[in-house]
Amino acid sequence: MSLGSVFVPIKDIIISLTGGMPAKETWHDIITVYRLPKAITAMLAGSGLAISGLLMQTLFRNPLAGPYVLGISSGASLGVATYILGGTILGFTVAGTFGRWGLILAASVGSFAVLLMVLAAAKRVRDTMTLLIIGLMVGSLTAAVVSVLAYFSKAEELQQYIFWSYGSLGDLAWPEVYILVGCSLVGTIMAVFSIKSLNALLLGDAYAKTVGIRYSRSRLLIILATSLLAGSITAFAGPIAFIGLAVPHLIRQIIPTSNHRILLPAVMLGGAILMLLCDTVAQVPFSEYKLPINAITALVGAPVVIWLLLRKKKLLF
Amino acid sequence: MKAKSSHIVLATEGLSIGYLSKKKSTTIVSDINIEILAGQLIGMIGINGSGKSTLLRTLAGLQAPLSGRILLGDNSIESFSPEELAQQMSVVLTGQMISKNLTVFELVSLGRQPYTNWLGTLGPTDIDSINEALDATDCTELKDSPCYALSDGQLQRVLIARALAQDTPLILMDEPLTHLDLHHKAALLKLLSSIAKTKDKTILFSTHDVEHAIPLCDEMLVLQEGKVIMNTPEQLIKEGVFDRMFPEDHIRFDRELRRFFVEN
Repeated sequence: MSLGSVFVPIKDIIISLTGGMPAKETWHDIITVYRLPKAITAMLAGSGLAISGLLMQTLFRNPLAGPYVLGISSGASLGVATYILGGTILGFTVAGTFGRWGLILAASVGSFAVLLMVLAAAKRVRDTMTLLIIGLMVGSLTAAVVSVLAYFSKAEELQQYIFWSYGSLGDLAWPEVYILVGCSLVGTIMAVFSIKSLNALLLGDAYAKTVGIRYSRSRLLIILATSLLAGSITAFAGPIAFIGLAVPHLIRQIIPTSNHRILLPAVMLGGAILMLLCDTVAQVPFSEYKLPINAITALVGAPVVIWLLLRKKKLLF
Repeated sequence: MKAKSSHIVLATEGLSIGYLSKKKSTTIVSDINIEILAGQLIGMIGINGSGKSTLLRTLAGLQAPLSGRILLGDNSIESFSPEELAQQMSVVLTGQMISKNLTVFELVSLGRQPYTNWLGTLGPTDIDSINEALDATDCTELKDSPCYALSDGQLQRVLIARALAQDTPLILMDEPLTHLDLHHKAALLKLLSSIAKTKDKTILFSTHDVEHAIPLCDEMLVLQEGKVIMNTPEQLIKEGVFDRMFPEDHIRFDRELRRFFVEN
């Protein structure tokens, strides 16, 4: 938190956080209004996405699964694209505070709509792999709709949409942070209650059923936890790539276990740390520049995954 | 050795198995009436597509029967909750996509799930069961190895250890002998036989290795032409059941040698 366009000494940060007044009054505001909410958002986003990634990798028994395989980010993109880009067609403009909440609402509605579709599919198909393919198809479908919308929209609207798709951790005010904290808390609790069934799922669906797991119910809980975590983060901070995919793999390299009782808290911590690091890099310390967070997570995430592949020859889930 | 209790562990009444799709049901085997006693090793045989896997899956509760009833002890299988059912029977399946990142101990410990709390905490009884299962299957030394480092034979033993750790009176196995060489087949069959005898567990396994199963099984279950025949191997040989097992043109069963021969 001390690194940014304005340098604030560590000592003054602690003073600000504990309610005192640092050497400069502006420092207090910088910390409590901008940097603290941003740091909290970063940690929540990092841990939430990492948990989602872990849940999806185990549920689909696929090392390439991530928080967005169920189409949550594509749903959110579609919502936001309709909101920003569809404005011209539907005849309204996006501006001010209303615009900000509208954006969050659009993302939530979009991801929720896609989620409902996937859940309906989940009830009908027994095979988890089919569900994975349905998620991917829904992703392609929404991407296509977004392209069509983009084609017909104005340059500045397109720019606004692209900025949203870069992801941003710093736009949240305190009320929004509170909502995100709530969603993350509920999602994490659901994930904790899924630990036992997640461990059973490591043996495959059939084995999980024969050790007394109520399969449909467990699968529903895992999907709900993922959508709540990934959905709320995407709504508030945009689609943030790679963290959800890379962190569980990183943690498995460090801790050689498949037990979710250990993995779950480990990926939470790992995700939060990696996200804070990425955010610090994105901030470009001491400069006026700010890089899009999505670019940084991919810049960090992609080499990590490639390095793991080269080192281990194969990714295990 | 403990005296064998001869109560019925599993029974079926007029069971029909097969697949149910939207419009029609496809019956594979019908009118199955069998009684399986405690402490027995039972081999299930039949040609490809005769319904071995379907029967095992139906008995394990993974697939609904088309008609008829399955009884565990005195109660119908539907009256058990998933947890209760998991305390009555365990299964060993082949070709499952299990996470190869699991260590042997972790994998075997998953057999304790029906007994553990909501977080899956292992208590002293659970640890004892796991160690006992590892010991019985000769897997203790592999305890900390990850599953990706195991050979097919070792992995099969570990999966059996997991089923043993589940501590159920009945174990169902889907073709546990596949992918094993002759030596490991023999070793595994002997292991199954000794588990059935010493631990008083009923093991029902499907296999294509009729010849190897004959000397070790207490009874055999033959799936033939949509029906099930169950008897001791001796009786089945006498009745000429194995003679009819394959279409006559390629293979002949020699009753004296108890072996199949390819006709030339």
